This record gives sequence, C-alpha cells and structure tokens, in this order.
Amino acid sequence: MAEAILTATDLVKHYPIKGGVLRRTVGHVKAVDGVSFELLKGETLGIVGESGCGKSTLGRLLMRLEEPTSGSVVFDGVDMYAQKGRAMRKLRRDIQIVFQDPYTSLNPRKTVGDIVGEPFDIHPDVVPKKGRRKAVQDLLDLVGLNPEHINRYPHQFSGGQRQRIGIARGIALNPKVLICDEPVSALDVSVQAQVVNLMEKLQDELGLSYIFIAHDLSVVRHISDRVGVMYLGKMAELGEEDDIYGRPTHPYTQALLSAVPVPDPTLRDKKEQIVLKGDVPSPANPPSGCRFHTRCFKAQDKCKTDIPLLELRPDGAGEHLSACHFAQPREIIETIDLTEQGAGNAV
Amino acid sequence: MTTTDTGTRRGKAAAGSEYHAKDGLLLEVEDLYVEFHTADGIARAINGVNFDLYEGQTLAILGESGSGKSVTAQAIMGILDVPPAVIPKGQIRYCGEDLLTMQAEKRRKTRGPEISMVFQDALSSLNPVFPVGWQIAEMFRVHRGMNRSDSLERAIKLMQRVQIPGAKERVKAYPHQFSGGMRQRIMIAMAIALDPAVLIADEPTTALDVTVQAQIMALLQELQEERQMGLILITHDLGVVADVADKIAVMYAGRIVERADVYDLYRQPAHPYTKGLLESIPRLDQKGQQLAAIGGLPPNLMRIPEGCAFNPRCKYAQDVCREDRPALRLVAPGRESACHFAEEVLNG
Amino acid sequence: MTEASTIAVSAEAGQPVGGQADEGRSLASDAWRQLKGNPIFWVSVSLITLFVVMALVPQLFTNVDPGAAVLKEARAEPGADAWFGRDIQGYDIYSRTVYGARASILVGVFSTLATVVIGLVMGVLAGYYGGFLDTLVSRVTDIFFAIPLLLGGILFMSTFPNDQNTPYLVVVGKVVLVLSVFGWPSIARLMRSSVLQVKPNDYVQAARALGASPWRIIRSHVMPNALAPVIVVSTINLGVFITAEATLSFLGIGLTPPAVSWGVAISDALVAVRTYPHILLFPSLFLSLAVLAFIMLGDAVRDAFDPKSR
Repeated sequence: MAEAILTATDLVKHYPIKGGVLRRTVGHVKAVDGVSFELLKGETLGIVGESGCGKSTLGRLLMRLEEPTSGSVVFDGVDMYAQKGRAMRKLRRDIQIVFQDPYTSLNPRKTVGDIVGEPFDIHPDVVPKKGRRKAVQDLLDLVGLNPEHINRYPHQFSGGQRQRIGIARGIALNPKVLICDEPVSALDVSVQAQVVNLMEKLQDELGLSYIFIAHDLSVVRHISDRVGVMYLGKMAELGEEDDIYGRPTHPYTQALLSAVPVPDPTLRDKKEQIVLKGDVPSPANPPSGCRFHTRCFKAQDKCKTDIPLLELRPDGAGEHLSACHFAQPREIIETIDLTEQGAGNAV
Repeated sequence: MTTTDTGTRRGKAAAGSEYHAKDGLLLEVEDLYVEFHTADGIARAINGVNFDLYEGQTLAILGESGSGKSVTAQAIMGILDVPPAVIPKGQIRYCGEDLLTMQAEKRRKTRGPEISMVFQDALSSLNPVFPVGWQIAEMFRVHRGMNRSDSLERAIKLMQRVQIPGAKERVKAYPHQFSGGMRQRIMIAMAIALDPAVLIADEPTTALDVTVQAQIMALLQELQEERQMGLILITHDLGVVADVADKIAVMYAGRIVERADVYDLYRQPAHPYTKGLLESIPRLDQKGQQLAAIGGLPPNLMRIPEGCAFNPRCKYAQDVCREDRPALRLVAPGRESACHFAEEVLNG
Repeated sequence: MTEASTIAVSAEAGQPVGGQADEGRSLASDAWRQLKGNPIFWVSVSLITLFVVMALVPQLFTNVDPGAAVLKEARAEPGADAWFGRDIQGYDIYSRTVYGARASILVGVFSTLATVVIGLVMGVLAGYYGGFLDTLVSRVTDIFFAIPLLLGGILFMSTFPNDQNTPYLVVVGKVVLVLSVFGWPSIARLMRSSVLQVKPNDYVQAARALGASPWRIIRSHVMPNALAPVIVVSTINLGVFITAEATLSFLGIGLTPPAVSWGVAISDALVAVRTYPHILLFPSLFLSLAVLAFIMLGDAVRDAFDPKSR
C-alpha cells in the first residue's frame, strides 16, 4: 500500500456565535468536529456530504486558510499548523486548491498571464524571471487552453475555460496535493466531463494526490479511489470506493445513495428509496449521541446517548470504517462494472 | 392524504373556468422565436420551438445554460422583460387561445388559476417581509376574493398538503425561518393554490441537497398525478428527468434537437448531442466508466453557427451540417430528431 | 432573464486579442489604451489642465490686475474692454475669475488627496484586518460623520477666524485642513465596505493559499477591485470641496477680499443678481465647469480600470 502524504488527526473547527450588545460568545457552530483521515500518495480521496456538513470548511482547514480549533495535519512528515513564516510559505507550494466558482476565483482585473503567473511572483525561486512567460504558456497548454490567450481577461472565457485557468494556477508550483472544492458543480453538464477528464489526466502525468470535495455522488464515484461521507461535521463512513457504493453500512450513506437519480428510466420502479425525515439539524446545536439519530430509520435509545466511533465494522465482504452502532451492509445500487471492458479496449 | 380543493380538471371546468382543454390538449407552442436586443447585438435565444402538452403529462425540457429552456418557460408565463426580449414570431396557445395576442388583462388572469410556475431560487421568490401563510393566502384573496380568515384557513390546508410539518403553527413564520427544502414546498403550495392546469417547474431542485431533491420531486409527481396537471419540468439534470418525465424535449442553442418518449431516448438517443450528453455524465451505478466528453463549448447566441448549431462539436458532422440547418423530423415511430444523420446515430 | 445574462458568458472567448499578442500587458496599460480613445476623458483632461494652468500662472490668460478697480465703469456689461464685464466694484470680472481659480483648485485637489489617502488607509486597515482596528475606525468615523462637512467648516473657521493680514496660503491651508478632517470618514467607510465585499472572493483566498503576503494581497487583489466606488465618490467630493470653499468664502469666513476666489466673487455678485446677472454668471459658470470636469474624469477612469466594461 502507498504511504500517506497527508494525515489529518481529530480536526476540529468551531466558529463562535456572537450575540447580545457586548458581542459575547453565546455558542459555537461546530462546522468540523473531530475528523481524521489519511490521504495516500497518488490517490483521490472523495469527500461527500450535503450542504452544511463541513466539507468545505475541512478543505479550508487543510489549506490552512483557517486555523483549526484543535487537531493536527501532518503533511509529508511536517506538522502543518506548527509552521510559521518561510517554512509555511514553502509548505504552501506543496498543497494547492481549486475553487468551486469559476467566476469569483479569478481576479477580474488581471490577465490570464497574471493569474497563472502569480504563483511564480510569490515564489520567485521556482522559475527564473525570464522563463515565466514560457512557463505560464506551457501551463495553459497543459490544461487545454490556447497559450496565445495569455493576455485575455477572465470574463472573456466561459465557465469551463475559467475552471481550467484555476487548475493551471493550482498546479503551477508543482504541488503534491490538490484540494478540489466542488470543482465541476458550477459547470454545464457537457463541460463537466471535460474538466473531470483533465483532472484525471493531470493526476496521471504529474503524480498528484487529490482531495475531491463534492456533493455529487456520481462524479465522486467516478474520480475517487476512496470516499469519505460527512454528516454534520463528522465522518460517517470512510472506505474504498467499492465499500461505500457497493456495501454501505451507515444508514446515512444508504439514504444518500438511494436518493441520487440515475439517468436510466428503466430503474424507476426497481429502485427503493430511503426517505429521510426532516432537515439537517443546525451545526450550532447538533444532536447528542449519534448526530444522525434524529433522522435515522434505525435509531434506538443507544444512539441518543452514545457517540458511535468511526471504526472498522464488517461490511459483508470485509470491513471498512463506519460510525454507526448498527452498521450493516445493504446494497442500494446495482453496480455495472465496466473496468474490465475499459481495460480491454485500451489494449 | 387529504383531498384536493377542487379535484380534477373535469371538476375545474365545472367550477367555472372559461378554458376547456379539448381532448386533454392544454398547451401548444408553435414556431416560437425569442430574441434579446442588447447593446452588443441580437441574441437569438429561441429559434423555432414547437411542442404540445396534454393533461396529466410530464414534459421535460432538457438543456444547458443558454439553450433557451428557461426563456421558453418565461415566454409561456409571459414574464419576459420586453424589451430587451422580443417575440418576433410564434404562437403559444392555451386551450386553443393564443396567449401572445391575448389582451394583457385577460392574460394576467391566466397566471395562477390556469398556468403557474415554480422557480429555482425559492428564497428570492418569496417576499422576506411577509409571513409565508399570508403570502399563500394572498392568492385566494386576490383571485378568489376570499376574506382573511378563510384564505388563511386554505393556506394552512395547502401547507399541510405540501407536507410542511406543523403547518398551523408555522403559518405566521417568515421565509428565512424555513430551510431551503421547506421554502421550495411553500413555493409549490403557492403555485398550485389556484389549481392550475399547467405547472412549469424551472430547475425546482437545482439549489437543493440530493435527499431533499428526492422529496420535492416526489411531491411534484404526486400533486401532478392527483390533479392531472400538465407539468413542464425544465432542468439540466439527466437523472431527475429519467426519474419523472414522460416525454423529453432536448434543447440546444434555442431549438429542440430531439424529442421522444423518456424510455426510448435513454435507451437509444437519436441526436448526437443527446448521445454525447448521456455518454459524458458519470453514473452512480457504473464503475470504471470512461467519460466521453463533448468537445468545445455551447455556442454564443449572438453568433450561432451556420447550418446545424451543434456541428462544430459533433463527431458526425459533414459538409451538409455546416450549410443546411436540419429540421426536427420523424426518424422512427415516436422519435423526432433534428439531425441529418439521425438514423445513423439511432442505429449506431 | 437568467439566460440573457449567460449569453455573454457562453460566448467563446471570441474577442480579438488586439495587435500586441506578444507583449506583456497590465491593467494600467490596458486602461490607458482605453482612456486614449475616450473623448470624455480628453474633454475633462483639457478642462482640468486649463484650470490648473489658470491656477498656477493666471498671467498667461490676462494681464489685467484683478485688484484694479475702475469704479466709474462698475457693473459694465461684457464688451471689448472687459470681456466678461465689470462687477459692482468695477473690477474686471474675467481677470478676477481667472485669478479666482487658484483657491478653488488648491482646495479641491489637496482636500481630495488628503481625504483619499487617509480614507483609503483607514478603510483598508479596518476592512481587511477587522477586529479591534475595525471597531476603532468605525466608531471614529461615526463621530465625524455626525457633523456635516459644512457645519464643521463653519465652526472651525469661525473659531479660528482670519483677518486681513492672514496670508493667502494659510487661509487655504486651514480650509483644506478642516475639509479633510471632516471629509475622510466617508471615504474610509466606503473603502471599508468595498474591501469587505472583495475579501471573501475566492481569488483572494487563492492568493492566500499561494502564500502571498498581506501587502501583496491588498495591493494586487483587494485594492484594484475595491477602488472603483472610491474613485467616483472622491471626484464628486472634489466638486463638493470646491463648492464648500466657495460657500465658506461666500459666508465671509473663508477667503476674504482683497483675496480673490469664485466664492468671494459669487458672494459679491448676489447684491446685484436681479439687475446685473452677468456678474454672477461667469464665476458660477467656471465653478460648475471645474466641478463637472473632475466628475467626468472620475467616470472615465473608473470605466477604464474595469476590464468588463470594455
């Protein structure tokens, strides 16, 4: 098994809620509340969950755009949150991010050359000044844009092209890890596949590791080697792609999978859908015990008091991490395996 | 479930609507064109769209941004801003009467009791300064002349119908006190309040989480079956369409490029664009799938390519596609496609 | 209308790149290219240049001494002798209007510079760093905000009155000082809110993720995107400051005769406004033209620095 390049241990991020005239802290939004995982070299770890589950905050913590309330991230043997000044700047070269919104992620007053070249301005030792223009054009070429468009402004590009610019900026410093925060969800369907394929190509060519944060379970299945499912700031289930999609043991994962519409009308009546009660509770006041117990179809008294740990639990074929007292595998979707055919075609 | 207020279409006609759907035919859109006149030029948003909608039918209009799907909905509802929008040509007939030539006042009165719409963004569609119950009740006060307490009573009933828990207690709550899914339910309640014959849902679940999306789609379907409404579902999501639609019209650059029964279309698309879309989306139930992305970009509506608008992105494209714009034609029983090589696409 | 707004977006980067595809381009050079082709820019720049030259070397425009009164020709209509006529004291109006530009331009330009510099620094600090600094700056601006500009000017100028012997530049300096003290909070507030809008954008986060220093982020990401409203408001303010100077002089607590300024001239003209309106007309016209020129320049500059408007 490949070694871990990034290890997050018990990450917690609580945002204070200020109230009253004196702006005193009256509570905390528990956006991320004890998340641990490993990212292996060269793999894609998908993080899925609904809005408010803390997946975007997690991405920002891993980028150190936010300081955690507690917990640690070790990157390549270095404790990220202990780094300061030059050491932190150096570390930033190795972890980069691609944002969701291709419209707000590019400075509208800069040319594409400025945007993609900014990493070289900030880290001048990477590419000598003379070679920068060439380096930027090479990057544009790599992400499938016309290198001659270096002097254009972001608004002259479509959403998909802008996302490619964002990716070019992200990989400029040759990072080891790229954190992708919903990189395709703002794009048109016919353009999504282009960007997903580009990201897969770049991973192969540059040996990148991805953390792929998204709410679209189909895209995550397609691109990920392993998948983590988040609910209200905690990891509900974590395992190989096969484990999560083929043998989910957590009721939330099962409900989530059953709700995803599959583009095949013949499955209409075959699919059983697990309908969840109510809405996601507020992360400012999460339920006691298991956070999912208020909506869970399996909930018992134990779930209201005891927090289930994320630990290896049997899934029928083996075991994978799941945070449910009553973890039990259940097949939600019938998987059509195209891997062998795909390999056959390639040969 | 509780019974409806006015029952089915037949009941409604008896209740005094002046419109009668002959043989269940509610809506006919014929050769519709819409242009936007902007400072930079003319954007041709819709270029000759035809379709019919029957009682109890769910028609999905599928397309990407800029395909003209939302503009079509807005043209039917009569909520396009004119100018910049111009409708140079076409008819939109509701129960045989052309909405486009109808007197403004008469047309206004069709919005609500006859044709009604659910929008994507429920938060901005609701007025933040009035309680939700009051906003639903307003429909009854304005259109039915009911008094305050009766209309509020009806509002509560409707909120219960769209499964808002604790409707009685929450009728006085404000929009921001509801979650996204609940707000969309309120929007649906308002849209069906006057028992319309046609309901247009414009990306009703795009802003919602997947578990909530499933609930809302289920609700829409249930209401549609119960009231035998004609439902136009406008979306870009092939998954949602597969789950609920009867018929699909696929739009590209302001034209319908393919129209078929939902089962046929997913099994064997007859237009290269539809085929490309189906091959490019990742499927939840497939592992190790290769995504065959459609190259290029949707066209600029100010400079739609000559011939077939899809030709620069199409792998079937020949010279004829660059010169001659293919019309939507019958290529097999129940199958229509606007492609010169539709038979090849269909069989290969 | 959602689809209409996406039309421009789905446009396939179709605009021509222009002739200089191989040179590096910056926002400033692009803005300059845009300005060069804008007639409004040239009109306003010509007018402003004219007024500035007028303020620096009025002798270029007239060799009539503004202090030379020909009492017997007082209130003369415009003519060959005195182009704009003569005022109630018999001064040559043209000459006095030309010499009067100096006070207006000095007060306008320096008050604007001072308010923009103080306002920008305070606004950026408050908006970008937030916390205690933000609270402090916000409360201080609140206090100054409560006092209207003109009231502040009147209070200050009447507390520290001028007399006949106060040197010209000291009086102008006092006016600039008081206008700056009461004028910066509006710029600071505007800048603060503008910075708060720009800061959460992902491109600012992306720069942070790349390890950019706060100074770099402020300089190259926050400032350029937050500056537009400040440019507009400060050019409008420039007009306000010129008018404020005129008002203070009009009230007799700014510049006082024998010093000349448009405010003093307007004040003097009011006595005879019904019978000899031309005495009022010319100084007022110049005042309006100067204000207009600066506002037009502000508009043109704002548009040029927004690539989307091209």
